[in-house]
Amino acid sequence: MADGGGGDEPEELSDKQKAEIAKWFLANAPAGEIQYVAKDVRSILGDDKIYEMAAAEAFPLHNKAHLLALEMPNRSGDVLIATYGELDKNNYFDPRTAQVATVDHVKQVCTTVRPANDDELPSPYIEDFRSTLDAELSKYVGETYPKGVCAVYCISGKDAEGPGADFEFVVQRDLAVNLEYRVQGQYAVCGNKRKDTGAHYFEEGNVQLDAKLECKDSTIFQSPEDSAVSITNIVRHHETEYLASLEASYVNLPDTTFKDLRRKLPVTRTLFPWQNTMQFSLTRDITKEMGIGK
Amino acid sequence: MEAAMDLMRRISPKESETALSALLSLLPHHSADLLSQVDLPLQVCMDQQLMKEFILCEYNRDADSYRSPWSNKYFPPLEDGPLPSPQLRKLEIEANEVFTVYRDQYYEGGVSSVYIWEDHNESFIACFLIKKDGSRTGHGRRGYLQEGSWDAVHVIEVGPEEEGTAHYRLTSTVMLSLTTENKSSGTFNLSGSIRRQMSHDLSVAEGHLCNMGKMIEEMEGKLRNSLDQVYFGKTREMVCTLRPPPDGIQLRLPEN
Repeated sequence: MADGGGGDEPEELSDKQKAEIAKWFLANAPAGEIQYVAKDVRSILGDDKIYEMAAAEAFPLHNKAHLLALEMPNRSGDVLIATYGELDKNNYFDPRTAQVATVDHVKQVCTTVRPANDDELPSPYIEDFRSTLDAELSKYVGETYPKGVCAVYCISGKDAEGPGADFEFVVQRDLAVNLEYRVQGQYAVCGNKRKDTGAHYFEEGNVQLDAKLECKDSTIFQSPEDSAVSITNIVRHHETEYLASLEASYVNLPDTTFKDLRRKLPVTRTLFPWQNTMQFSLTRDITKEMGIGK
Repeated sequence: MEAAMDLMRRISPKESETALSALLSLLPHHSADLLSQVDLPLQVCMDQQLMKEFILCEYNRDADSYRSPWSNKYFPPLEDGPLPSPQLRKLEIEANEVFTVYRDQYYEGGVSSVYIWEDHNESFIACFLIKKDGSRTGHGRRGYLQEGSWDAVHVIEVGPEEEGTAHYRLTSTVMLSLTTENKSSGTFNLSGSIRRQMSHDLSVAEGHLCNMGKMIEEMEGKLRNSLDQVYFGKTREMVCTLRPPPDGIQLRLPEN
């Protein structure tokens, strides 16, 4: 990061430095706010060329990090911008409809789709497994998350004719929540990662919330149908547990966590005696010395 | 500048320092405005003479040195650093003593400092600062916080005394960051800042310190409640939108 402010003569930044800063702002924009951040950055830079250079690099990173869901032009559904589905910088594979979508990262739209080529698709054996899992999980997502979009990608071993491939299941629940589940080969070990973020703006300030959870589970590899059902059950179980535990902790915790920062009231349970502070302080010291109370 | 302030509002408060530094380098001619309008976490320095910590801010700074409210000296030492008048210094000493007790009562730890200086025409300005580290490695008594900090800056402009009353205008800013970690519910991090103003005309019968103190206490209480509600409210919202609980959504209004 360029070191700013301080000296009498402000150093002029190079174009490259300015672009790096612009990229940083764009990449760190909260979920769903990148267009606003982009507008601000553009106005501050005052140089469209540098902005475009930065945007071209930053937008794809942001879109992938937040699993952006873009509507495909032929109304066949949404394609998720995910690293696992990336064929090249602007082309993303949608496993469910077996299509490849071309996207404009900066405008955040899907421009065209085409059917996937044979070599882009997994083997029929893998596809059987993948699509059964996809169907089961999609059902779960549809029931649970009103605006959820999900996809199941085969991330390795897609040409396999037997067990051993790895899959990644991702859910884009809404702008601020991403869930990723990894299903691995033989034993279908399920690792998961969920990321919730929320920003709250109010007149007098702003506050942002970030939440993360990781966990692991496993099941035994079976036929596609049975595996799909048991994996979905694992996912459902995790989500329910997470929800229940959040409920439990956070109903009780806020008061205690805030107390560690600042109490609502002093131990005396009365407001502070501004008029008699010195007397109060004296009494307090005496009580402490005599070991009375806490 | 508008775009810069909008950016600062959107970028995560955890990245404020980096963001501000970036903006200062992109907009060097706006540095004065940026520095005065953006809130950054407070820094603390040691008074080498009395071995007590004090808080750094623009109001006790001269060049690269800062004046300690305990010894009234600049660190690193400064030849002709500005000092408050003897009357104001007396008030400042008392304010620091009283505020220390207040801080202890509400914060059970942390560092506080008060700086008072002349404004024009029989008015003065007082700045009350508190920095609390509530993490379990810091002063967090109950050990719930992995990481937690509360920085409060209260600036009160006190007008001249007229017929036994004076006008007090308080601008308060609280910067907050907390992280809780739990095996089953994962990591939660909340960070942000809130700023509010309050003005009163009060009788000076009980002295300026009493009036200022009460205003600050009231303001801190309100800010704490607002932040608490946001935290509680936001987590509740996230929990509720995950999926509606089987028996419908229960929204509990936070007690005030």
